[in-house]
Formats: sequence, structure tokens, C-alpha cells
Amino acid sequence: MKHSAFFWFVLPSAAAMLLFIFFPTVSIIVQSFHVEHEQVIIEVENCGPFGCQTATAIDQEATAALREEQPLGRFAGLEVYKDRNHLAVNEFGELWAQSDGIGDFIGDLMNLPFYKALGFTLTYTFVVTPLTIVFGFIIAVAVNSAARLFRGPLIFFTLLPNIVTPLIGGLILFWMVDARGVIGTALRWLADDPSLSVKADTGLMWTMLMVYGVWSSAPFAFIVYYAGLQTVSKDTLEAARIDGATRWQQIRHVVIPHLLPLTTFIALIQLMDNFRVFEPIISFNAQAHATSLSWAIFNDLGGETRQLSSAAATSVLTVIGVAILLSPVLVRTYRSYGKA
Amino acid sequence: MASKAQRRPLALQIVLLATLVIWMIAAAFPFFWTLWGSFKVEADFFSLTNWDNALTGEMTRVETGGAFTNNGYYGAWIQEEFWRAAWNSTLVCLFVVSVSLTLGTLGGYALARSTYRYAFWFLLIALIFRALPPITLVSGYLPVFFDLNIWGYLPTAIIVLVAINQPFTLWMLHSFFKNIPAELDESAMVDGCTRFQAFRHVIIPVMWPGVITTGLFSFLLAYNDFAVTAMILDKQNQTMVPKIASFLGTTQTKGNVMFAVAAVVSATAPLFVLIMFFQRQIVSGLTAGAVKG
Repeated sequence: MKHSAFFWFVLPSAAAMLLFIFFPTVSIIVQSFHVEHEQVIIEVENCGPFGCQTATAIDQEATAALREEQPLGRFAGLEVYKDRNHLAVNEFGELWAQSDGIGDFIGDLMNLPFYKALGFTLTYTFVVTPLTIVFGFIIAVAVNSAARLFRGPLIFFTLLPNIVTPLIGGLILFWMVDARGVIGTALRWLADDPSLSVKADTGLMWTMLMVYGVWSSAPFAFIVYYAGLQTVSKDTLEAARIDGATRWQQIRHVVIPHLLPLTTFIALIQLMDNFRVFEPIISFNAQAHATSLSWAIFNDLGGETRQLSSAAATSVLTVIGVAILLSPVLVRTYRSYGKA
Repeated sequence: MASKAQRRPLALQIVLLATLVIWMIAAAFPFFWTLWGSFKVEADFFSLTNWDNALTGEMTRVETGGAFTNNGYYGAWIQEEFWRAAWNSTLVCLFVVSVSLTLGTLGGYALARSTYRYAFWFLLIALIFRALPPITLVSGYLPVFFDLNIWGYLPTAIIVLVAINQPFTLWMLHSFFKNIPAELDESAMVDGCTRFQAFRHVIIPVMWPGVITTGLFSFLLAYNDFAVTAMILDKQNQTMVPKIASFLGTTQTKGNVMFAVAAVVSATAPLFVLIMFFQRQIVSGLTAGAVKG
């Protein structure tokens, strides 16, 4: 394809991505190095019948003018990154010096907002991803063994948790595990503890969020594995059988090697998606027990005072996290497509 | 037909069947339970005393006289004006899908046909963009949107969603166009068509299966988005998902959580229909990147 034709064909799409993905990324990086201007304070002398007093007041006009002149705010370098709400460099150092052991240190660290969010995000990502793969595989094998007639409806219902809006899926589960909901009641009966409530217990809340995560992403792993199972070579399986392979050996030496490349694909997509975990925390109203990096950004941006710099700094840190997770994908893509 | 040698032992058969039954309950039961419960009053759907009130509808009978009530739906759609959010969602989805597909088919086609190295780099950058969580971009949008006074309007949200959607759309359509033989449009160009005419008269007529699949995923992205729409739409322009989230903040305290339940069921219904009709396309879309490598 000629250069000029290529240019005109990709122009609209490239312009959209440049304007609304690339520039905002640059903008959050710049924003994260600035803080809002402090108010301009002036000294005013109030002279009354009993002499003069100096008082400080806010110079509204000068403040407005300054903000108008430099809308980004005051350049602050890495100040935002180092403050208590982000990397908390000082607190980190103090905790490290004070703590008795690594467990104690991590426990204290989880009281700092950024580390609390990072802790949950990473736990969620690295617990949900492998479980998704395992469950997806089991379901795929089970559906593949069902009679052809039933497979359509089975796939239909399996897809539901994955296709439905994450916020809505989260709410549906949350209402059921509510202390007054059907699963909540069942849990209390099983644990024989009438005061048991998912909402009040951090451990249970984390577990529920991860159960939601597996519930909603296992269908994705399922569908990929299911498609993979359809293409397992019948000849190889038959050859293995003739050579006397048991059922387990057939799975172990024929099916699993065939599905292995799919597993890397699922793992990488899931790592990316789980790292941005956000909606279930809103649905489960879980912020007291669990927060994520995306939730922290959302929280900074919402409400009366929009803390843009703080949100921008968390965003940049999140992007760095994504970049680390993504590096294997990029290398893989570079290898497979780059040579072509 | 399974031959005798392939037949599974009974124990394995039972394990597989049990897995299927348990999974089907886990996947489908929550939806049916919520659908059923949405026609009850709150005291039944959330019952501390006796969970089977939700089945019998005891309090519903006491409060409304019948075993089923549509109070939740009335409250959500009429009183809290959920119809407005539904209309906004319709507009957003319609425009996001049509604009993303227009931009995506042009771009994806060019990327599939170009043999130069920069096409590869373009796709690689798109892949990086695909990995960015959309919420990280929002703090970059807000100051500019406030400044230009375009914050809060539907067209703004539509453009943003289209852009966020582009990387994925480009990748899918690119791999789809790769499967259409290049000889097809090249022979048209040998016959004197320009590149665009070849695209218009030769490629467009055969591209629909891929476009429908990609369109479904664009639709899902626009329909399901919460992070972006919640942040850049103002109250009266809200789409369904942020509207439901706002029910949680305001109505849960007033005891009107049933509005949210009804709204959740209403917003799930279109997805139900969508999967029913387009199951095959969704499956092929989800596996597109994987099976081919």
C-alpha cells in the first residue's frame, strides 16, 4: 500500500488516539509534577480607635490571577509522589525503622492509602488470574463432554457473567451475599454464627471480591479453551490411544501441550484486566476493607474537591505498573509480528 | 459418535456432570434470583428473618396485596427517571458503535494491507494504549474539558469512548482483513480502481461478518463503561450504569434499594437478548486473538 493511501486511511483513527489517549497520558505526567497554587496571603492593617492591628487575609484577586496565569499550578517536582497519599517516602522509612519484622512492617504499610490499594490490586491480580485459568479449563472440559444438543445453552449461560456489565454483575452478587440476602443467610447458617457479615469483615470481603473476579472472568478462559479443544488433533489422540496411553496421559501429553499457547494468551489478557479492578469495589461498597489503584484515582477525581494532581500521580504509577505487566506481551508480539 | 474405546468410565461421567450442574447454578442462578426478587418488596428480597420470604413473597402480599409488584420498576423508570438514562445509553451506544466501526474499518484495512514496518509499530502502540486502564486518562481529560466547556455532554463522552475503543477495534479488524485475500482488491486496482474505490466496491461488501463481531464488542464497551461515563457526564446526561451507581448512593438510605434492583434487571435484559442472538459472533470474537496465535 502506498504511503499516502495508508496515511489517509489511518488518519481518523490515529487522530482520535493521539488526541484522547496520547495527549491525556502526557498531560497526566505533567500534571503529576504540579500542585495547586496556595492562596495568596496578604497582610492587612486594620486601624481602629485603639490603634492598628495587622491581620492576614486571602487576596482573592491575586489568587485568581495566579491560577489563571498558570492553570497547571505550582511546579512541585516529585512532591506529590512522595506525600503520604502516594509513595509516602517518609512514612515508609519510619515504619521500616520501627517495625519488628517483615509481617509487622507490611501490616503497618497497609494503613497507607497507596500501599493499601497496591496491596489489594496485586493480591487480586495474582490470585484471580490463576484461578480463572483453572476454572475456565475445568468448565471447558466439562462442557466439551456434554451432548452436542446441550452445548448451545450451556455456552449461553456460561457467557452471562462475563458479558454482563461489571458493576451490575458485582451488585447482583453483592445483594445475594448481603447479610439479609440468600447466600448471606446460607453462610451464617453454615458457619453457625448469626453475626457473620461480609460487609463487616475484611478477610471475607477480599474473598468475595476475588470470588466475583473468578466468576466473571472464568467464562473468558472457558471460551478460549473450549475453542482450543475443538482443534485438538483427533489423529494424535488416536495414535496415543493405540500406543496405550491412559486417559490422563492423553490429557497430559496431547491436550495440555496443545492448549499451552492459549494459556499464555489468557494469562496476559487477564493480568491486564485484573490489574484495573475497580467496579466490584463500588458494587460491594468495599472501600473500607479493600481499595484498588483505579478506585484511588476515581476517589480523588470524584466529590467536591477534584484532586487532579493526586489523581494524576496515582495514574502515572498505575501506568508504570501496567507497563511492567505488559512487557512480556510486548516482547511476544514483537517476536511474532515483528519478523513478518 | 463416541466409540466404545472412547467412552468414559461412570465415575468420570458423574464428576463431569456434577461440575456442569454446579457451574450452571453459579453462572445462571444469580440472574434469575435477582429477576425474581425485583418483583418483590425490599422486606422480602432482603429478609433477615426468613429467607424463603423471597420465594413466597409474604411481605409483598402484606404491603401491596399481590405476590408480585412492579413498584421497583415504577420507582426506577418513572419516579427516578431511569428512562432518560436508558435513552442516553441508546444514543451513546449507537454513535460509539457506528463511529468506531467507520474509523476502525478504514484504519484496520490499511494496517492489514500495508507491508511497511511502520504499520507494525502502529499496531504495537495501539496494543500499549489498549492496556492503559481508561480511568488513568480521565484526570487528563477533566481540566481540558472544563476549560473548553464541553464537560458533561453526551457527544464528549461518545468521542472519548470511540477513542478508547480504537486500539481494540483496530486489532480485531486488522486480523479480520488479513484473512481477506489481497488479490481481491489488487485485481480491482489493476482494473483501474483507486485504493479507496477498491475498498468501497470490493472490500465493503465482504467485510460484514468481521464488522458485526467487532461492533458487538464496541457496543459492550460503550454499554458497560462506568469509569469514564461516571466522570465526564453530568447528572441529567448520565447513562444507565452510572445512574445505577447513583441509586446506590441516594436510594439505599431511603430504603429504595429495590429501584436499583429493578434498574439492574432492566439493564441486563438487552445483554441477555444480545447474547442469545449473537452467541456465535461473541464466541468467535473472544477467541479471535488466541487461536490464531
